[in-house]
Amino acid sequence: MSANLSAILYLVSGVLFILALRGLSSPETSRQGNLFGIIGMVIAVTVTFLSVGNFSSGFIYVLIFLAIGGSIGAFIAYRIPMTAMPELVAGFHSLVGLAAVFVAISAFINPTAFNLGIPGDIKLASLIEMAIGAAVGAITFSGSVIAFLKLQGIMSGAPITFKGQHLLNALLLISIVILTIYLCSTQSSNLFWILIAVSFLIGFLIIIPIGGADMPVVISMLNSYSGWAAAGIGFTLENTALIITGALVGSSGAILSYIMCKGMNRSFFNVILGGFGATDQTSGSQNKEQRPVKSGNADDAAFLMKNASSVIIVPGYGMAVAQAQHALREMVDTLKKNDIKVSYAIHPVAGRMPGHMNVLLAEANVPYDEVFELEEINNDFANADVAFVIGANDVTNPVAKTDPQSPIYGMPVLDVEKCKSVLFVKRSLSPGYAGIDNDLFYKENTLMLFADAKKMTEDITKNL
Amino acid sequence: MEIDPFIFRLSIFILSIFVGYYVVWSVTPSLHTPLMSVTNAISSVIIVGAIIAALSGSDGVVFSSSSVYGFLAIILAAVNIFGGFLVTQRMLAMYKKKKKDN
Repeated sequence: MSANLSAILYLVSGVLFILALRGLSSPETSRQGNLFGIIGMVIAVTVTFLSVGNFSSGFIYVLIFLAIGGSIGAFIAYRIPMTAMPELVAGFHSLVGLAAVFVAISAFINPTAFNLGIPGDIKLASLIEMAIGAAVGAITFSGSVIAFLKLQGIMSGAPITFKGQHLLNALLLISIVILTIYLCSTQSSNLFWILIAVSFLIGFLIIIPIGGADMPVVISMLNSYSGWAAAGIGFTLENTALIITGALVGSSGAILSYIMCKGMNRSFFNVILGGFGATDQTSGSQNKEQRPVKSGNADDAAFLMKNASSVIIVPGYGMAVAQAQHALREMVDTLKKNDIKVSYAIHPVAGRMPGHMNVLLAEANVPYDEVFELEEINNDFANADVAFVIGANDVTNPVAKTDPQSPIYGMPVLDVEKCKSVLFVKRSLSPGYAGIDNDLFYKENTLMLFADAKKMTEDITKNL
Repeated sequence: MEIDPFIFRLSIFILSIFVGYYVVWSVTPSLHTPLMSVTNAISSVIIVGAIIAALSGSDGVVFSSSSVYGFLAIILAAVNIFGGFLVTQRMLAMYKKKKKDN
């Protein structure tokens, strides 16, 4: 296949990837978008086979390895529970990162195959691109592994901080730049290996100080990194499909991180420097006076909801942990049978990744047109009878609007307290991730339901 | 003076960032999780590099020091491609509109 024809076909596959993302602008077009993505991928892979044109025994092995990887991927995709999506995405990012590292290593060892020069005399531009691809890939890999371990609960979600952390990270980053410069002048393979090792270390170090609830930002950021790594490799291979895709994924992840940071009213650097929620806890508990709390049982909750004409559900990460989404939908079905209007309010950072709650509700067969974003629904709380908070905490805290001293001051929150009554399902009065007390617990119109989210929801349904 | 082809690739790259910027802002927030899984799948187009690397072995030698990395990368990227697209499809199939008969 001629180089020009394959370049045009790579461009076609790049455009199909753009259409794949474009399709996600609404649920109706999204499935078609995914199909475009798949076609784009098939074109890219086929063109590569044809342009390499080497159908020897190596080709058979390529197909075998492709089939092995593909079966593993398909198996995971069908078996993974929806509550585990954040872990899955983090795990997948690590694979992209590692694949980028491997391709860069291969290109470094055998540049002739990629038309980049000969070992020991690789074209300068290619060497820089290779080094960037490998370094970003390695950071993506080790960072995603840590994010995966934290989300999976294998590693504690608490931030791990130590003295001189930021200084160490800064020094390591500078050393990467220096290593790249030396690599270009000496072409030494030792330097290349050291560069990759240091990058693995950085990925590890930048993610450990970031706490569990900041994971939406971390996952989006790693999503972005995996894109830049792909773009770096794309420049090395002079491949348009890879460059376009890398840029798309890179900017997509960056926008998602921005949206997540805005949802918490924190700057990107504040999140990345980490340690949030670890320091404030002690001061918060010291001056905490015992304030009266009203608590109730499933019967009380059912009574309140039965007499309501509109109910707004506020789900959070706790709903995912308790796997309560199906029980919740059953409760809502019963409410709807009683002619009660029900809608769902989703905070941008609810859950552990962007859109996490929406997927869980969709899994439980909640129609997406009953689910609303914060800006769409926040004015409706004042007219609703009951707000049912299930597994959310900090995102409902009115302190964010009233107390300039609070660490979450200025964060957009759901105006849950404006409802006539608030039902708050929670296991205890313990503070949320930000380490601060939620004022909502002590409001006159709040009824605390101390129980496991799933069990409480089922009990309410029985009592309706 | 002739323009270095690198400049053309850089132009494509920069313009794609802008395309990505506008396209991603138009994605509805409720589909942000599928967005992450599909971007993950498409970034695995890095398999293109993996295939070239894997087939780089000289005559008769399938597994050379450089092609082994290519084969490893093929497995990783294939997990991502199949896993990413299929899990996205599975998620998107769940997004339904309210039934009319309700």
